[in-house]
Amino acid sequence: METPRHVRALMTDVDRLAHLRHAKDLMDRAYGEPLDLDAIAREAGYSRFHFVRAFRATYGQTPRDYLSGRRVERARELLRTANLTVTEVCFLVGFSSLGSFSARFKEEVGVSPSRYRDRAVRRGGAPPIPGCFVLMWTQPRAQSGRSHSDARSLSSIESERKGEVT
Amino acid sequence: MIKRLSHAPVWVLDQDSAKEFYTEKLGFEVRTDATMDGLRWLTVGPKDQPDFEIILAKPGPPMVDDEAARSISALVARGQLGAGVMETDDCRRTYEELRKRGVQFLQEPTDRPYAIEAVFRDDSGNWFSLTQRKSGAA
Repeated sequence: METPRHVRALMTDVDRLAHLRHAKDLMDRAYGEPLDLDAIAREAGYSRFHFVRAFRATYGQTPRDYLSGRRVERARELLRTANLTVTEVCFLVGFSSLGSFSARFKEEVGVSPSRYRDRAVRRGGAPPIPGCFVLMWTQPRAQSGRSHSDARSLSSIESERKGEVT
Repeated sequence: MIKRLSHAPVWVLDQDSAKEFYTEKLGFEVRTDATMDGLRWLTVGPKDQPDFEIILAKPGPPMVDDEAARSISALVARGQLGAGVMETDDCRRTYEELRKRGVQFLQEPTDRPYAIEAVFRDDSGNWFSLTQRKSGAA
């Protein structure tokens, strides 16, 4: 019996989404490594160009914004909980320059990394929400307006690694 | 007074594949696998916890209509649904065991004030925390 069309459509869609998820998972897992767009697209089985569009259609932002957003989110976590310098945190979460890290962090969070850490220290105590939920319930979001700039959103992830933000 | 939670559903994309994953990779046991009028009731649970069952449910009629099934399946496949926390007495060892069996982890065992925890996905895309509580932590 032939598979009904709507079921076929569903299977194709789910399969496609699962592939994109693998790329997202790679960024969530290996954000601390120097990931480039080709490697991320490969993880999803996509060409670089189609990957950026498909990822954006699914997750609402480009892979580049997602990855740098994830790095900032992980940096927040480390700044809240770990006894590390801002520079150590910067490199641990995968930024290659302190300037681009600070700029991106401030853009996303509104304060500098060191200011953010000072606040957390003053508040004291362990954060009340389990870390795994912080990781999985915070889909990094680019600030509104920033991800809609076409010139930026279609630019590759490598440009950030070259310190483009600074 | 409510005494305990006995069943909780997890949406899966394919029940055969989920059954294999939860038993052969996670080491759970099958509690019920019965089909009635096209509706398959498939439940599994950890061997050490006989009073709790996860219902591995496939979104589709008659439970939800096709459109809802598509939406739920898409959310699962996108990896945005998290299904819960699983406890272990040795997070790092269980992590190694599961990883060898091919379970995909999003986070390696990480030391937290309250626990050591890792994050993995099931074969459909649902994420779980794998937690080893520290004594005294709530």
